[in-house]
Amino acid sequence: MLSRTAENLYWLARYVERAEYLARTIDATLRVTALPAAYIGKTNEWDSALLTAGVAASFYQQYEEANENNVVDYLSFSQSNPSSIRNCIEAARLNSRSVRTALTSEMWDTINSAWIELQEVWSKGTSTREDLAKFLRFVQETSLRFDGSAYRTMLRNDAYWFSRLGLHLERADNTARILDVKYHVLLPEEEHVGGPLDFYQWSSILRSVSALTAYHWVYRETLKPWLVADLLILNGTLPRSLASCYDNLVRNLDQIGVAYGRQGPAQRHARGIRNRLEHSNMNDIFQHGVHEFIQEFIADNSRLGEIITKQYLI
Amino acid sequence: MAVAFDEMNIPGGDLRPAYQELARWLKETPPEALEYRRQEAELLFRRIGITFAVYGDAEATERLIPFDVIPRIMSGKEWALLEKGLKQRVRALNMFLRDIYHGREVLRAEIVPDDLIFQNPVFRPEMNGQQVPHDVYVHIAGIDIVRVDANDFIVLEDNARTPSGVSYMLENREIMMRLFPDLFARHKVAPVERYPDELLAALRSVAPLSASAEPTVALLTPGVYNSAYYEHSFLADKLGIELVEGRDLIVKNNEVFMRTTEGLKRVDVIYRRVDDDFLDPLTFRPDSVLGVPGLMSAYAAGNITLANAVGTGIADDKAIYSYMPDIVKFYLGEEPILKNVPTWRCREPKDLAYVLDNLGELVVKEVHGSGGYGMLIGPAATKATIEAFREKLKREPEGFIAQPTLALSTCPTCTAAGLAPRHVDLRPFVLTGSKRTTIVPGGLTRVALKEGSLVVNSSQGGGTKDTWILDE
Repeated sequence: MLSRTAENLYWLARYVERAEYLARTIDATLRVTALPAAYIGKTNEWDSALLTAGVAASFYQQYEEANENNVVDYLSFSQSNPSSIRNCIEAARLNSRSVRTALTSEMWDTINSAWIELQEVWSKGTSTREDLAKFLRFVQETSLRFDGSAYRTMLRNDAYWFSRLGLHLERADNTARILDVKYHVLLPEEEHVGGPLDFYQWSSILRSVSALTAYHWVYRETLKPWLVADLLILNGTLPRSLASCYDNLVRNLDQIGVAYGRQGPAQRHARGIRNRLEHSNMNDIFQHGVHEFIQEFIADNSRLGEIITKQYLI
Repeated sequence: MAVAFDEMNIPGGDLRPAYQELARWLKETPPEALEYRRQEAELLFRRIGITFAVYGDAEATERLIPFDVIPRIMSGKEWALLEKGLKQRVRALNMFLRDIYHGREVLRAEIVPDDLIFQNPVFRPEMNGQQVPHDVYVHIAGIDIVRVDANDFIVLEDNARTPSGVSYMLENREIMMRLFPDLFARHKVAPVERYPDELLAALRSVAPLSASAEPTVALLTPGVYNSAYYEHSFLADKLGIELVEGRDLIVKNNEVFMRTTEGLKRVDVIYRRVDDDFLDPLTFRPDSVLGVPGLMSAYAAGNITLANAVGTGIADDKAIYSYMPDIVKFYLGEEPILKNVPTWRCREPKDLAYVLDNLGELVVKEVHGSGGYGMLIGPAATKATIEAFREKLKREPEGFIAQPTLALSTCPTCTAAGLAPRHVDLRPFVLTGSKRTTIVPGGLTRVALKEGSLVVNSSQGGGTKDTWILDE
């Protein structure tokens, strides 16, 4: 397939995934900040939201303070924030238009209908909490629909694999970023400075990667920070865990390699990361330092993106 | 202006045979039901994203072309005549183009004046003596047809460069079949859905000799911001070919390749929807970023087929148009089946004098214009507009032709006040491959939605209709 088409599919999936993640982050932050101050301590949750979205620096060029209004606006509707939900959806629509031939009609319909519907939100904004909640839900549903229609209607060929690469790479990045910002509340009990109040922090993290229910099913335990970390990093059954994203990245890259009759640096690099995740356990990670581990992962993950681009997309 | 010929109603109250079943159905169908389906159609168009862009219109970069749900119907017999005429005309166009870029017999025989060719900005000297694969220049032609009575088909324009609109022919039918299955059950409508297959076959048949047995065809688009982008992606999808932009192609050793995830892949035939001027910055406009550097040298080396060929603009020039009846006779020795609109060539002093004296009754068009832009419709224009146009005409008479204002035929159309006659034209699409010329029965009917208006162009308030050819 055309390199440009593959690139568009890859980014299309990334944009949609990012929009969903942003919507979840805002949603989770709204919940936490609605609690009485005694439950969440002194951290500015809106600041964390900016950090997990990776846009704190650009935000503070425009605003003095990170509060609900500013941050929700910046993450959702700002045209000057390249990864606001609005810009993600607009970019996704533009990418869809330029690769329409590679999309199934169901995928196009999902993006195009959402885009049409959201034009009104862009022009009017969300004046009430209810409007905002509706908007955030709509974005998440759009992502689910898009993902679902890709899964159910696309031919299993390179077009599908490249779009999956974008999805899982973005997802891994998002999960890692939230861990990066919140790692300090995920340390094992004995090292931990906070208290049971952090419960709400933990549940908020899980909520932003839609893993709250999953946690209970996997561990059948009350929320324990190191188990939250275990779930998000190493648990291969949770779709948003780093391990799971890398299983998928390796599998899709292998399929491309087989179809093209050739492996390359992307396949090797992805396998390297997957192997490291497979041979890690939480004890080692805590020994090594969660923060260092996560930062290394983020760098490795973004390097994979560069390698894929060089090998296939340009 | 005389009362227009109505394609459904015969003056006196009778119906033309092709419309009898439709009229019966309309009588049985309450207006609300029609309105409901009209709205449904609009929703479908928007969701599918069948839009076009209007240049210079910042408000609406993507607009819908209004779709009228009342089909335009033609009998099989009428179509047979039209089809024969179209094939004849396109054959002559191809022979004319080959001649212009080779022996130029038509000039020696003084059928067409030399300066009309050599001083024409769309004449491409690069094409002189250049062999094009299978001698086909116009692979896809959109011939605009109007009617003024029951007997004749008149050619309004020959579109021999990159005619658009065929996606509407196909999508209009899809949507009509979805919304009005009952109406289709009561008619035998010739299908149009094989157009993409015919187009692909035609394109593959004209692959250059150096191509493999399974030639690779690609559609070259200027990109998402082009007004016809939807059509480009739609056709590439239906044909199962890559939709490429200039930056996806690269020329190496006079061969054209596309950049793919598996490396470079050779391309043999390019269905290009990019104008000549932008095709190759090394040959034409150096500032073009839409084209492919070196494409013309690959073309000259015979390693790529461009459809349509470079330099076909000369055949859709409106001054050349006025010579078409003679051109048909010259090459084919036959009487033209399709008529021309009588045309005054403003470059000729006698004609110019007549045109200047009668501006109020004539339609004046730019010879290189398209899309209905830059034209004067005398009877509908204000005094001031006419006077301004008169000055333009005097300054550059060779840039214009004039024609009588035709009373284009009308068809019943949904309006705010119920069904009413509106003026229509028709663009059938003629495909020419190495061996045969084919036309899918139908075409794009454009309708001027404003009462009395004769301008059918989508950029100026025109809409479209599904065109039915009855298979009797």
